[in-house]
Amino acid sequence: MTVEADAFRGTGPSLDDVAAVPGNGHRRWHVAAVAVAGLVALPVLAIAWTALFPTENIWPHLASTVLPGYVLTSLLLMAGVGLGTFVIGTGTAWLVAMCRFPGKRLFEWALLLPLAMPGYLIAYVYTDLLEFAGPLQGALREIFGWSTKRDYWFPEIRSLGGAIAMLTLVLYPYVYALARATFLEQSICVLEVSRTLGRGTWRALRDVALPLARPAIAVGVTLALMECLNDFGTVDFFAVRTLTAGVFDVWLRMGNAGGAAQIALVMLGFVVLLIWAERRSRARQRFHHTSSKLRPIEGIALRGGRAWAATAACTLPILLGFAVPVSILADYAFTSPSAEWSAAFFRHALNSLGLSASAALLAVTLATLLAYAARQGANRLVKATIRLASVGYAIPGAVLAIGVLIPFAAFDNTVDAFLRQTIGVSSGLILSGTVAALLFAYTVRFLAVSLGSVEAGFGRITPSMEMAARTLGHSPSATLRRLHLPMIRGSVLTGGLLVFVDTMKELPATLVLRPFNFDTLATFVYQYASDERLAASAPAALAIVLSGIIPVLLLARSVGSSRPGTRRGTY
Amino acid sequence: MIRTLTGAMFGTAMAVATLVTGTGVASAAEEVNVYSLRQPFLIEPLLKAFAEQTGIKTNVVFAKEGVVERMKAEGANSPADVILTVDIGRLNDAVEAGVIQPVKSATLEANIPANFRDPEGRWFALTQRARLIYASKDRVKLGEITSYEELADPKWKGRICTRSGKHDYNVALLAAMIAHHGEAKAEEWLNGVKANLARKPQGSDRGQVKAVMEGECDLAIGNNYYYGAMLADPEQKAWANVVNPVFPTIGGTKATHVNVSGVAMTASAPNRANALKLMEFLSSDAAQEIYASADFEYPVKPGVKWSPVVESWGRFTADDLPLSAIAELRSAAVKMVDRVGYDG
Repeated sequence: MTVEADAFRGTGPSLDDVAAVPGNGHRRWHVAAVAVAGLVALPVLAIAWTALFPTENIWPHLASTVLPGYVLTSLLLMAGVGLGTFVIGTGTAWLVAMCRFPGKRLFEWALLLPLAMPGYLIAYVYTDLLEFAGPLQGALREIFGWSTKRDYWFPEIRSLGGAIAMLTLVLYPYVYALARATFLEQSICVLEVSRTLGRGTWRALRDVALPLARPAIAVGVTLALMECLNDFGTVDFFAVRTLTAGVFDVWLRMGNAGGAAQIALVMLGFVVLLIWAERRSRARQRFHHTSSKLRPIEGIALRGGRAWAATAACTLPILLGFAVPVSILADYAFTSPSAEWSAAFFRHALNSLGLSASAALLAVTLATLLAYAARQGANRLVKATIRLASVGYAIPGAVLAIGVLIPFAAFDNTVDAFLRQTIGVSSGLILSGTVAALLFAYTVRFLAVSLGSVEAGFGRITPSMEMAARTLGHSPSATLRRLHLPMIRGSVLTGGLLVFVDTMKELPATLVLRPFNFDTLATFVYQYASDERLAASAPAALAIVLSGIIPVLLLARSVGSSRPGTRRGTY
Repeated sequence: MIRTLTGAMFGTAMAVATLVTGTGVASAAEEVNVYSLRQPFLIEPLLKAFAEQTGIKTNVVFAKEGVVERMKAEGANSPADVILTVDIGRLNDAVEAGVIQPVKSATLEANIPANFRDPEGRWFALTQRARLIYASKDRVKLGEITSYEELADPKWKGRICTRSGKHDYNVALLAAMIAHHGEAKAEEWLNGVKANLARKPQGSDRGQVKAVMEGECDLAIGNNYYYGAMLADPEQKAWANVVNPVFPTIGGTKATHVNVSGVAMTASAPNRANALKLMEFLSSDAAQEIYASADFEYPVKPGVKWSPVVESWGRFTADDLPLSAIAELRSAAVKMVDRVGYDG
């Protein structure tokens, strides 16, 4: 047993130590990283630029009216979703990774399914089901003879609590996926040692596995919280006024794009603070695995009531986050007379799939480059640009789209002006209003997802391996290719598939940036669903969810086989 | 597995790349480019009729937010020729952003009455919509409510449903109230309406009528064409059947608050001639009849027949407050909604 003692002390060699390895080639990585990260950060900088020119100072009005409420609501939403995704994600991940109980094999992949469900869709579906006018309350009134709202109490779905529940149900899989991968990659030795030292199952989770998995879990929860902040569809539909609502009011109704950008930047401040606090509390802890003894985890057999409790705990999120909404959508799609079936679906689906695949590829490639460069003894500038490049995830999609428009159009118009002057030819808009703009927007938006996943993968590789490779004369590129990539392939795939599913669901930026006559499944659903015509949009909505299932299943498979020493194909 | 997966991803990516370049906007053919804030299913019948009549193809991008910003960023090279939108405030936004050019057309001026277009030709209204009160057939007597002002009457406590006070249509109504009564009176009114709400403002105009059906409230505010659309929808027919549409009066006049949907030509319009053809077509009898029959809106062109369904609700007088006054008071109205805390 060669458990690295550092893992317990939490003071492993820091990433910066790698720079001490003799040789060169770091610089090129750093320059490339700053260039790429700078490019990706452009939209955020463009938004900051816009913020310098508000049409009027909105803060006195906001501060004296709705701002305190917006801030409080945003914080409560984040607290609720953060706690919810942490408990459900980590709890279920631990159960399926470490215990044996009825249905475990099924849950391993099925727990990821809600990831395929867009937040705005699940909100539409549950509102239809649970609102006063919905079938559930209607049935209750029928049974108990109630007639008006005052006769009984029923939780209001269109509320902060409802928004927390909906977002938690579709976002917990981020935490689940990352936590499970980490639990599986942990050396069984660490856990066995903790058992021999007298820790029980749950104490092993609390004292050993959780602290070791903390970086990955933190990434998962942070992603969920950033989704919370950028979400507009769900909270708007539920009439929950978060800071995002403020951004849209100021922008669209007060015609003050600069003021809106200022609020968006304040929200970004929230996120940066959050990430900083989490990182700081981990300080210089680093957890790497050096053990190669990774025989399959036997799992603790749960019996009787405990086993069934575990089964129930894993069933519930799948049922609520996937099975129920999908059945309702399917019911609408096949039985409602207003369901819109259209041959154009096929084209929309192809657009969605193609964009998602391209975005996924782009996002993991860039994430790998950035994460690896950061590992090569990066200085502050490099690290700061990389951080800046991944905050796009917390910006509401429509606002980010404006941030993408500004530099793209500026580039196009500059080229056009130059060509007109020099050779008298107009090039028009080269990139704006093309798929390139969309792909760029997706990359900016979802880089945080792929970067988080890839960094988690790198983080588990001890620098001593790297040092050995470098000492043996490998360049950084060769080390990456021959050492890291094979070891982190699971994390890379996870990141790619997460971006894929996210892009399938993306709506606001797609709406603003897409080319003429171009629809994705999400934009097609939106034109009906935004108008209380859920039934009309049901077939397309079902298509979004169903085409999200395949990558989700691949994701389950990749996480399952990411454990070295596990036979391929077994979970 | 990674290798095959990556291969598959690459394959799809390439396939899409070819697909996409195929759907790009060709510049040679006869066509016109539309940025639309209106939903595709609403404008498709019109564009189809336009193509049949003129042979000009329309390319459309639909988005509810960010269209004006997109045009601003794209600048002189923007491919957009016309912008289609609802709400006078949105039309005004485009004008103020400087992305619109004035249009002079005898056809447009003949088809559209002067109060429905900008004197300088920067925007033209195409349809008119009235903001109605939908009153429960069972629980509200005919004639029990006749004005917007009465919505603040305490007798309606806990009986009114509306969508968000920040929605364009409610903001325009509030702006009209400010224009008629002044800020202080209008704010008092809004506070009164808020006190009468049955639930936190939420959902769409249709959703409010649904709430009346389920007994959650007795009065709802909504645009007139939703009533027609609900009657035409097999599922929503039941919602519409429980309410009477009321044309409320505003500011002691005998007139009802109206808003418009409209069109404007972009400053950069590369296909100017075709854009003008489209605008003129949209104001023609043929298009105005489609607006009336398929979308249940009121045509702006005098003499165009209303849809029989719309006709059956009776004639009404539209408030003659200039649309520009509503657009100007929009920001004040939004701030009032914040001050009153209407959305809760």
